[in-house]
Amino acid sequence: MAVVAEVPVEKWVGQVHEVRLGGNGRREVVVGGETTLPFLRFEGALPHPPVVAIEVRDREPRDWPAPLSGAWGDALKDPGAWAKKATQFGAEIICLRLASAHPEEGDTGADQARRVVETVLGAVDLPLIILGPEVPAKDNEVLVAASEVARGQRVALGPCVEKNYRTIAAACLADGHVAIAKTPIEINLAKQLNILLLDLGLSPDQVLVDPSTGALGYGLEYSYSVMERLRLAGLTGDKMTAMPMFNTVGEETWRQKESRAAGGMPPSWGEWEERALLWEEITAIGLLHAGSDIVVLRHPRSVEKVKRAIQALSGK
Amino acid sequence: MPLTGIEIYKHLPKTNCKECSFPTCLAFAMKVAQKAVPITQCPYLSPEARAALEAAARPPIHLVTIGADKRKIEVGNEVVMFRHEKTFYHPPGIVVRLKDTTPVEELKRRAQEIASYQVERVGMKLGLDGLALENASGDPSALARALEAVDGQGDLPLVLMAGPGALAQVLEKVAPRRPLLYAATRDNWEAMAELALKYKCPLAVAEPSGLEALAGQVEKISQKGVEDIVLDPGARDFASSLVTLTQIRRLALKKNFRPLGHPVITFPGEGAKDQEEEALLAAQQVAKYAGVIVLDRFSPSLAYPLLALRLNIYTDPQKPIQVQPGVYQLGAPKEASPLCVTTNFSLTYFSIAGELESSGFPSWLLVCDTEGLSVLTAWAAGKFDAARIAKTVKEFKAGETVSHHSLILPGKVAVLKGELEEELPGWQVLVGPPEAMDIGGFLKQHWKN
Ligand code: SF4
Repeated sequence: MAVVAEVPVEKWVGQVHEVRLGGNGRREVVVGGETTLPFLRFEGALPHPPVVAIEVRDREPRDWPAPLSGAWGDALKDPGAWAKKATQFGAEIICLRLASAHPEEGDTGADQARRVVETVLGAVDLPLIILGPEVPAKDNEVLVAASEVARGQRVALGPCVEKNYRTIAAACLADGHVAIAKTPIEINLAKQLNILLLDLGLSPDQVLVDPSTGALGYGLEYSYSVMERLRLAGLTGDKMTAMPMFNTVGEETWRQKESRAAGGMPPSWGEWEERALLWEEITAIGLLHAGSDIVVLRHPRSVEKVKRAIQALSGK
Repeated sequence: MPLTGIEIYKHLPKTNCKECSFPTCLAFAMKVAQKAVPITQCPYLSPEARAALEAAARPPIHLVTIGADKRKIEVGNEVVMFRHEKTFYHPPGIVVRLKDTTPVEELKRRAQEIASYQVERVGMKLGLDGLALENASGDPSALARALEAVDGQGDLPLVLMAGPGALAQVLEKVAPRRPLLYAATRDNWEAMAELALKYKCPLAVAEPSGLEALAGQVEKISQKGVEDIVLDPGARDFASSLVTLTQIRRLALKKNFRPLGHPVITFPGEGAKDQEEEALLAAQQVAKYAGVIVLDRFSPSLAYPLLALRLNIYTDPQKPIQVQPGVYQLGAPKEASPLCVTTNFSLTYFSIAGELESSGFPSWLLVCDTEGLSVLTAWAAGKFDAARIAKTVKEFKAGETVSHHSLILPGKVAVLKGELEEELPGWQVLVGPPEAMDIGGFLKQHWKN
């Protein structure tokens, strides 16, 4: 008795915009281009598997828990050395956080930003994502400086937020970079900011969406569903939601107590390092299945594990 | 999947005799589809038509219960592909596999460890759901001994992984606990189906050579009368698990394809190189459509994040998780430590709690019951006003918790400062930053002890 099971295949009309970073002598990474949901290769094209970026900070982080800082050692003191090591650990993009520009973290300015971006650009040939300290005035100052230094290297600059996107978008336009549009876990706000950015003259292949990342146990489900909705909207033809998505997974997971707490935790939490790693990896795996195109991680072992999962999922 | 009026109409006599008190069969069918009248109001419905209508009204994914007491696993009966479309209803049962080749004392110890494992999150106690016991020895008496060993260790629901010969020897005793029998294969399906029927146990059907072969196998077994079926399509790695489970869910929901309208069992350990990879594969399967997940390795550091993920994914998106109102400790605060106030929307709580946690300032966080609304929404809805905050301060005796009587208010509701100070004589109200992420900087600047 033969049973016929006709698997429903979705015929999506939309396609995620392709966004290119790097090139021009630098290694090139393209994300996006999907014509179906994450990793469903039986019904659509997934020309560019999601990529893993490693976070590098312009100043040695003071408060990283031991399992994390131990994995990097002295490289944390020097962004160039850190970026080199990140390359060896398999980073496909370096995500440079200009943390020291934060008023509480040193309040450095354009000069420091220029120096650090130059150092990292010189140290590695990977494409760069450059993030400000998420304080609007400082973001404008350091990202504009970074934009100039990186002219021609097609880096991604962010965050562009609803109240503060013009200056950074203008820098992206002037220097040929990509803007990261960040909104607080809300599909309509994400779409609206994309529209504003395109109105300023950016082309759709110059925008990455940062939907805001909730860590496992700390709002993951909100990011997960907003990303699924954005991707579905994009695939059903809404071009203003069809941007590749970007998640700062490492930053969000490593600040939760499950990852930070050395001792005094309930025995049911289990061994610290393994728990902390899984916290980062499972957050990444969850969001990749919701449509993330770039996950930024912190721990080298997470990078290895998540990359392996992406390879398995992409058949590469 | 509810039937449309037209689909119901097809099964009616189409004589328009009006005895149902409707002018036409079609009008009646439309009312039935809206659930305004019962189908039985038509006296001329043939038994076949009635059976067909009842069958069509069944949920597209059969609900299967494993286990018999309080700790049973109920899976299936999902209605959407994406949680935001409605919600995911029945979280996958996470069970751990033990083998009857393991010494009895060790089995006892592990069963006890798994049964008693419990972790707390947002006031909820999370645990594992069951044991899978595999007849790895091939010796029926070893399975019986292993069952005896795990018996009484928390009495978790069971998945019995054995052939019909071994199962026949243990089911007499263990059947009242409704174990899931794993698995009916191409070679043994008749004997397995007989056991499932005789002992009224759910049955897993394993067929790795494609969905049509699996569906054919299920059809044969259903025709024998077995209803409670769990599917093992044999997909073991990241890619095939995602694709296969997605296809099964789609066939069930979008095509109402009965043979695959059952929950799916997965074995992430069989597709993984190590423990970490097993956890990641299990994580995928929590999000993407597994009904029962059989782990090969158990450790608290693996169980905790998986259970947290399951809680996240299976939260009803329409009803955000609310945090219990009260005073929370972040870090190890003393009576001179800062006291902040916020709402009980889980995301609001987590963002401020996370910031306080990493701020370097051990703090107290007073959580008001705002019925799960965020700061601004709650304020706009009148659920986060001075009176309610003051009441919460008193209710949880915040004045006895801190020595300084200063309360840090979210910057977004700065307007409440004056009124709140009136409501709370002797208190000083500080206006914090509007965004949670700036609380660390705020404390550094303003909190001097
Ligand atoms: S009673 Fe039955 S047959 Fe008669 S009109 Fe109503 S639906 Fe039609």
